Amino acid sequence: MKITRKDFLLCSGLGLAAVLAKRAVSAVSGSVGTAAPAKAAKHWGLVIDLQKCRKEAGCVDCIKACNVAHNIPQIQDPAHEVKWIWNQPFESAFAFEQTDYARQAYAGHPIPLLCNHCANPPCVRVCPTQATWKREDDGIVMMDWHRCIGCRYCMAACPYGSRSFNWQDPRPAIASPNPDFPTRTKGVVEKCNFCEERLARGRGPACVEACPENALVFGDLADPDAEARKLLRARFGLQREPELGTGPSVYYLV
Amino acid sequence: MRDKPQILAALLVFVGLFTFPLWHGRTSKASPTAPDIKLPAQEKQCVAPLSYMRNSHMELLVNWREEVVRNDQRQFTAYNGKVYDKSLTRTCLMQCHTNKAEFCDRCHSYAGVSGPYCWECHNEAPLTARSKP
Amino acid sequence: MFMFEKAFVGGRRYWLWLLCLAGIILAGFLCYLLQLTYGLAITGLSRDVTWGLYIAQFTFFVGVAASAVRVVLPCDLHDYKQFGRITILGEFLAVGAVTMCMLFVFVDMGQPSRVLNVLRYPTPWSLMFWDFISLGGYLLLNAVISLVTLGSKRQGVSPPRWIKPIIILSIPWAISIHTVTAFLYSGLPGRTFWMSAVLAPRFLASAFASGPALLILLCLVLRKVAGFDAGREAVQKLSLIVTYAMVINVFLVLMEFFTVFYSHIPEHMEHFQYLFVGLDGNYHLVPWMWLSALLSVFALVLLLVPKWRHSPRLLPMACVFVFASLWLDKGLGLIVGGFTPSPLGAVTTYTPTLPEATIVLGVWAIGALMITVFYKITLSVREAN
Repeated sequence: MKITRKDFLLCSGLGLAAVLAKRAVSAVSGSVGTAAPAKAAKHWGLVIDLQKCRKEAGCVDCIKACNVAHNIPQIQDPAHEVKWIWNQPFESAFAFEQTDYARQAYAGHPIPLLCNHCANPPCVRVCPTQATWKREDDGIVMMDWHRCIGCRYCMAACPYGSRSFNWQDPRPAIASPNPDFPTRTKGVVEKCNFCEERLARGRGPACVEACPENALVFGDLADPDAEARKLLRARFGLQREPELGTGPSVYYLV
Repeated sequence: MRDKPQILAALLVFVGLFTFPLWHGRTSKASPTAPDIKLPAQEKQCVAPLSYMRNSHMELLVNWREEVVRNDQRQFTAYNGKVYDKSLTRTCLMQCHTNKAEFCDRCHSYAGVSGPYCWECHNEAPLTARSKP
Repeated sequence: MFMFEKAFVGGRRYWLWLLCLAGIILAGFLCYLLQLTYGLAITGLSRDVTWGLYIAQFTFFVGVAASAVRVVLPCDLHDYKQFGRITILGEFLAVGAVTMCMLFVFVDMGQPSRVLNVLRYPTPWSLMFWDFISLGGYLLLNAVISLVTLGSKRQGVSPPRWIKPIIILSIPWAISIHTVTAFLYSGLPGRTFWMSAVLAPRFLASAFASGPALLILLCLVLRKVAGFDAGREAVQKLSLIVTYAMVINVFLVLMEFFTVFYSHIPEHMEHFQYLFVGLDGNYHLVPWMWLSALLSVFALVLLLVPKWRHSPRLLPMACVFVFASLWLDKGLGLIVGGFTPSPLGAVTTYTPTLPEATIVLGVWAIGALMITVFYKITLSVREAN
């Protein structure tokens, strides 16, 4: 099929015009740097003081705050439950780090577990669509619920069981939805997001602000003067399964 | 051709059916009225010009979505210099188009738009149910 | 060019079979609509066991698809003409099996309408991306190869020269699809049951046992219903392949047992304990795993004795044992065992629900339908010549 020079130029011209038109439209909806005082850090981390955490037996304030802030559905069937932060007995939270006689002080105690926002996250490595990724500037492992195809490969990859899948429509299980944050839909995976939407508005994570004992300390692990780092210098902090090389950003002070 | 009359008749019927959308509306008595959308009471200026919003508000929203979720860029400077928060619920719905059913849905059902399933996740809670910021 | 008109000519049994399959496909489709409406909550999957029957079937049938080349390899590379009659059957089996694999992955997705995101946002460090590419490519390769070779046969000419490099390409590609599938599992740091260098070789060995076993059974079925004779030599050679592959597979499984139990590391032992002796009072899969083990022993006994391997009565039995044993092991034990116990030590039972099983049956029926139609066309072309 022959194409004349005139036709070629016409086509290229139209193509160029189309591209420029698209650029012009994008410019209309273009973005500018942030004006609000967002919280920033090089490497967000959470330090949980287990001694403070177990002061009040049965306390679930951090969990309740997260559930409200993020419209977490309260699903009765444990097979389909969705949880971003929850309590787990010490024996199963640190399953192979206990011995028969050591750490009897924590036997049976509930430990708050959440996504560790690993520095080297296996879930990010396996996601086929980059629906989950690690934010380079502050280390938060993010979720894009618009892109997730629900393959659950990330759930298989996570060594900590931090991720939940929406096996059904979550809305019926949300008692009073918080309009400030979207719900999710069936068929996508979700997990703790370190309250990145609150950080962008200059606030701290919901769980941290809700703890009556200030047992949760959120800070920049890359800043030696941050309170989180000071605590880690003063006391010994456990990570979950550090030998896997995932580099968790959540520490538990014993 | 032996079956000329039948073939011509069938051809006419086919052409009639094929061009149905072109002539049906003109001959029927009732003329379709434009959707009766309720505009916001106070605000007269949208985040972008009206003509653009009419044609391409989905493009704007998808752009906002990518910018907020993937790039953490939450501020939008509109063509008139005003800065908005890139959020369908917080900016569009809570500040101006407070009644989705009387604004968004009216045009969508008129135009037969059912594609975007944004509402499966994003809230359309009216202003009265606003929680603490 | 597709010669589909040949599939419309058939006896009563043929049409009855197609009707049955159509009914099963319809039932599966309706159940899938249910799943689209309510979500994957209608399956037996849970927060702990996130992959089940769907992905297990995908894993198993990738092996069947890959092993189709086992037949091609000797014929085209080494001029082993005895396989000449069944090469095309192997190719069509691969096409049907790969289609089933892709369907199984599709029905497992939470948001299937977004599945093209895998292509829109290519992610070369994700094994699932490569699995998508390799399966799609393999389907295309085998579809082209089978159509071209069958078309040439129908015209009574030898296939065009350009098909030869494509056939050669399909051989390493077949190995790769199953290796990539094994890599999906063997690179996950939290899943000690799968974290084994020997998982990919195990997959290949079980593939080369189950695929040819199925092919033998299909040849015997074709002999019964259509009078098609694959040739004694070909069937014997295939059975030899099944034997060697099964021996290697069982050997590799025993190797796994050794490393796990001699090292006595609890984290590694617990998965095997759950599968074979039960864990925390949960014996759900124990009978199935022992059945699989028993079937593989019987199969090996029948296959290793030449007199029995050559027996027209005992060989089909051995093939059924091989297929069933590997289906239980790879199609069920592997996936559920990898997830149980969970990273937090929980033992959650996984039982497929009725809608889930119906969807699986529906996909099987689609594969069976494809293979039936393809084989019908093949045999018609052969008869015409």
